[in-house]
Amino acid sequence: MANAATKAVTSAPKRKKDTQLRQIMRRFVKSRTAMIGLVALVIIILACVFAPFIAPYDPNYMDYSAMNATPSLAHIMGCDNLGRDIFSRVLYGGRLSLALGFTVAIVGMVFGVFFGSLVGYLGGQVDNITMRICDVWMAIPGTLLSIIISSALGDGFWYTVLALSVSGLPGSVRGTRAMALKEREMEYLEAAKAMNCSKMKIIYKHMMPNTIAPTIVGTTGQIGGTMMTAAGLSYIGLGIQPPTAEWGAMCSSARSYLTSYPHEMLMPGLAILLTVLSINMLGDGLRDAMDPRLKD
Amino acid sequence: MSENFLTIHDLVVEYSSGGQIVQAVNGVDLKLAKGQTLGLVGETGAGKTTIAKAILRILPMPPARVKQGEIYLDGEDLLKLPEKEMLKVRGNKIAMIFQDPMTALNPTMTVGDQISEVVLQHNDFTKSQARDRTIEMLEMVGIASVRYMDYPHQFSGGMKQRVVIAMALACEPELILADEPTTALDVTIQAQVLDMMKDLRVKLNTSMILITHDLGVVAETCDDVAVIYAGEIVEYGTKERIFRNPMHPYTLGLFGSLPKLDDDSKRLSPIHGLPPDPTNLPAGCKFGPRCPDCDGGTKCGADQPMIEVEPGHFVRCCKFAKGGV
Amino acid sequence: MALLEVEHLKKYFSVGAGTNHAVDDITLSIEKGHTMGVVGESGCGKSTLGRTIIRLLDATDGTVRLDGEDITYTKGKDLRRLREKVSIVFQDPYSSLNPRSSVEATIREPLQEAHRFTKAQVQQRTEELMDLVGIEERLRLAYPHEMDGGRRQRVGIARALALNPEFVVCDEPVSALDVSIQAQVLNLLMDLQEKMDLTYMFVTHDLSVVRHISDDICVMYLGQLVETSPSRELFRRPLHPYTKALLSAIPSTDLDHPMQRVQLKGEITSAINPEPGCRFAARCPYACDKCREPQKLEELEPKHFVSCCRAKEIND
Repeated sequence: MANAATKAVTSAPKRKKDTQLRQIMRRFVKSRTAMIGLVALVIIILACVFAPFIAPYDPNYMDYSAMNATPSLAHIMGCDNLGRDIFSRVLYGGRLSLALGFTVAIVGMVFGVFFGSLVGYLGGQVDNITMRICDVWMAIPGTLLSIIISSALGDGFWYTVLALSVSGLPGSVRGTRAMALKEREMEYLEAAKAMNCSKMKIIYKHMMPNTIAPTIVGTTGQIGGTMMTAAGLSYIGLGIQPPTAEWGAMCSSARSYLTSYPHEMLMPGLAILLTVLSINMLGDGLRDAMDPRLKD
Repeated sequence: MSENFLTIHDLVVEYSSGGQIVQAVNGVDLKLAKGQTLGLVGETGAGKTTIAKAILRILPMPPARVKQGEIYLDGEDLLKLPEKEMLKVRGNKIAMIFQDPMTALNPTMTVGDQISEVVLQHNDFTKSQARDRTIEMLEMVGIASVRYMDYPHQFSGGMKQRVVIAMALACEPELILADEPTTALDVTIQAQVLDMMKDLRVKLNTSMILITHDLGVVAETCDDVAVIYAGEIVEYGTKERIFRNPMHPYTLGLFGSLPKLDDDSKRLSPIHGLPPDPTNLPAGCKFGPRCPDCDGGTKCGADQPMIEVEPGHFVRCCKFAKGGV
Repeated sequence: MALLEVEHLKKYFSVGAGTNHAVDDITLSIEKGHTMGVVGESGCGKSTLGRTIIRLLDATDGTVRLDGEDITYTKGKDLRRLREKVSIVFQDPYSSLNPRSSVEATIREPLQEAHRFTKAQVQQRTEELMDLVGIEERLRLAYPHEMDGGRRQRVGIARALALNPEFVVCDEPVSALDVSIQAQVLNLLMDLQEKMDLTYMFVTHDLSVVRHISDDICVMYLGQLVETSPSRELFRRPLHPYTKALLSAIPSTDLDHPMQRVQLKGEITSAINPEPGCRFAARCPYACDKCREPQKLEELEPKHFVSCCRAKEIND
């Protein structure tokens, strides 16, 4: 071996590398649902980011002459009970809602993939103890947990993120662990052990890449729910505080006018629906694209 | 047709997959007489299981499509039967034994109940009659009747396969399609199951198509052999003819790939290359690209007809055409 | 001197119902450059034996010596050094390769893990290995799912041989492959053995394969070694009743000399909390009271050991 390896290197002509990333991109671009989801999401995000340029009114400006106005040319989504333009509020509110939803999802995913893979690979007592902790954790109703944390810490973006993440964590750890247990049976992990890989290296190099894809889809499914819980928190006076616009908060404050002015709830609700739908489409496409076993 | 219980004529089955056409079965002709066993030998993806599923009409359609062909059972074309009639054929006349006994049984039902359910479905039996019949079947495959109330997980692999066989035989089918019935089993258990199947077949005068990749299993259980490659039968004949005098280069390759128990030669002589891509089969002889005798053009590049080289021994290879060899 | 010596090796697992004696008091030795075939039916502990020897599993008791050095309980640096000397080829070419690693990345990994080669050396050795096992250059960046089982198995072999191991456990390396591909891979393994002076332990349930590739064979039944002898001798004259039944059960392609089959009664039981004595006794046509006592491995004929108290009388 030593002799063989020390000989002069005759490097073969390098071809353009067809990396895994490139293959994933190619499969992703080919998937129609994924692309529709991506385009829709990008439009929504851009609209929210550039809200100051797009929004026709200040989101907090109250026009008392237009209280509960139905959609018209002046207010394309109508106005709420305080005469604020709903379209402007939806645009500004999206900034917070999207940021909340995505941050919570990413925190859950990172945490889930890391601990799920770790616990799944190590197994034994570590696994046992972690799972029991998860069981107890999950026995506490998620919303209640968020309320407790939120009221203990107060309002503010990051506190709300923490409050919302905590209830979802055991679920994502469990989900990834289940994937990890399946991967653990695979002989390539044993092969890695046979070639001197350390445990940590086996986990991050061989285990995590194979557990991350299914976790992504699971996580995207939670984004909508997270937005709704956030709305619940602001409804009872925790989390994001009025008058700050936020989709969930808009929905809940419109609840009392649902029968007489349904558009006040419909508009932010529609925004949530479209966002969740496009994220789910994107997530499905991503999972398929990230699975190398599917041919392109 | 009268002397042949089952006749398959020019069967062509395709799958569509991702915009491409997979040519799974390409013009297969087969005959099977009453009480006989036909061995269908070939490698993964050669189309063996597709043929069996086409006979039973349980191919998933789409993506599968029977493009052409006839399958006569007792003079009746199965492919033209309405689905309602076909329901009666399945189980009553034809039964299939799958490779994996683990997935063929419902884990939440006792094995006895599973068999008697099949019995009830196909006969006008009362519950107690069905129970008696089930016990009879279990004993026939060598399982004590006290295990009637046991669940599948309480059985070992070999015992499960016996249960599956008992289930297939419960309605006294005239034709059994056995798809690699012993591949998942250990050798000593395989020997038990094969011997049992042989005895039962003689007792009940059942015909059988045995799908396998194991030439040894064929030698021990079959009367006729069809060697299948890339959806085509390349050699067909009685077991004696094929085993004593294999002629098609592919059949010869299969025998050469087999480690012999009584041979000390240091190396095997495998077939070179890989089976062809079924979405893009070579023109003419499908085995051409891997064949040591391929002429690379004129004769081998043309469509190969079946040639009767000796009575009851057919080979799909132009080497044996008139004036050839 | 033998390259590998295994003495009274035991590997027990605790399972829900008790203790599984997966490998129970196995003694064997393998000469350098030879192939030891290990045959037995599912659950007989043959894979566990291979994995315990190369330290993928830790032994419960006994000793394993490689080149005279006791490797049963080595740790740390010594264990890292050992991992370069021993290696394994797995059964399932689908699960033994990481679906997210290309051919090149898979073969390169053991070289990188050795931490003593430059990038250029790693690259060159990777190319050599691909050439050695017959993987085309164009497949360098292919992923496992893009290849057939035979090619995948070649990649697995290249990975196993990357660091020039002395001893390789082949755990059913061809049983998932089609007959014609199986022959290609068997030939490759034998060529590589000659070229690199490898010592194999070839674990399989396929008796014709083991006959073809092995110099010596040991037969296992439920964790116990029942018979061991040079390969030809074993097939010519099996002495243990289980070996006889096993050999007679192989479906033969020879129409003229069909095997006289020894029909076994019953099913393989398990090695969980076994009674002392011969574990085959429950199915054995020759079982007697003495079979309930622990059996000794006896050399009935030169180099032909059998663990059966009645072997002498039933073979006369």
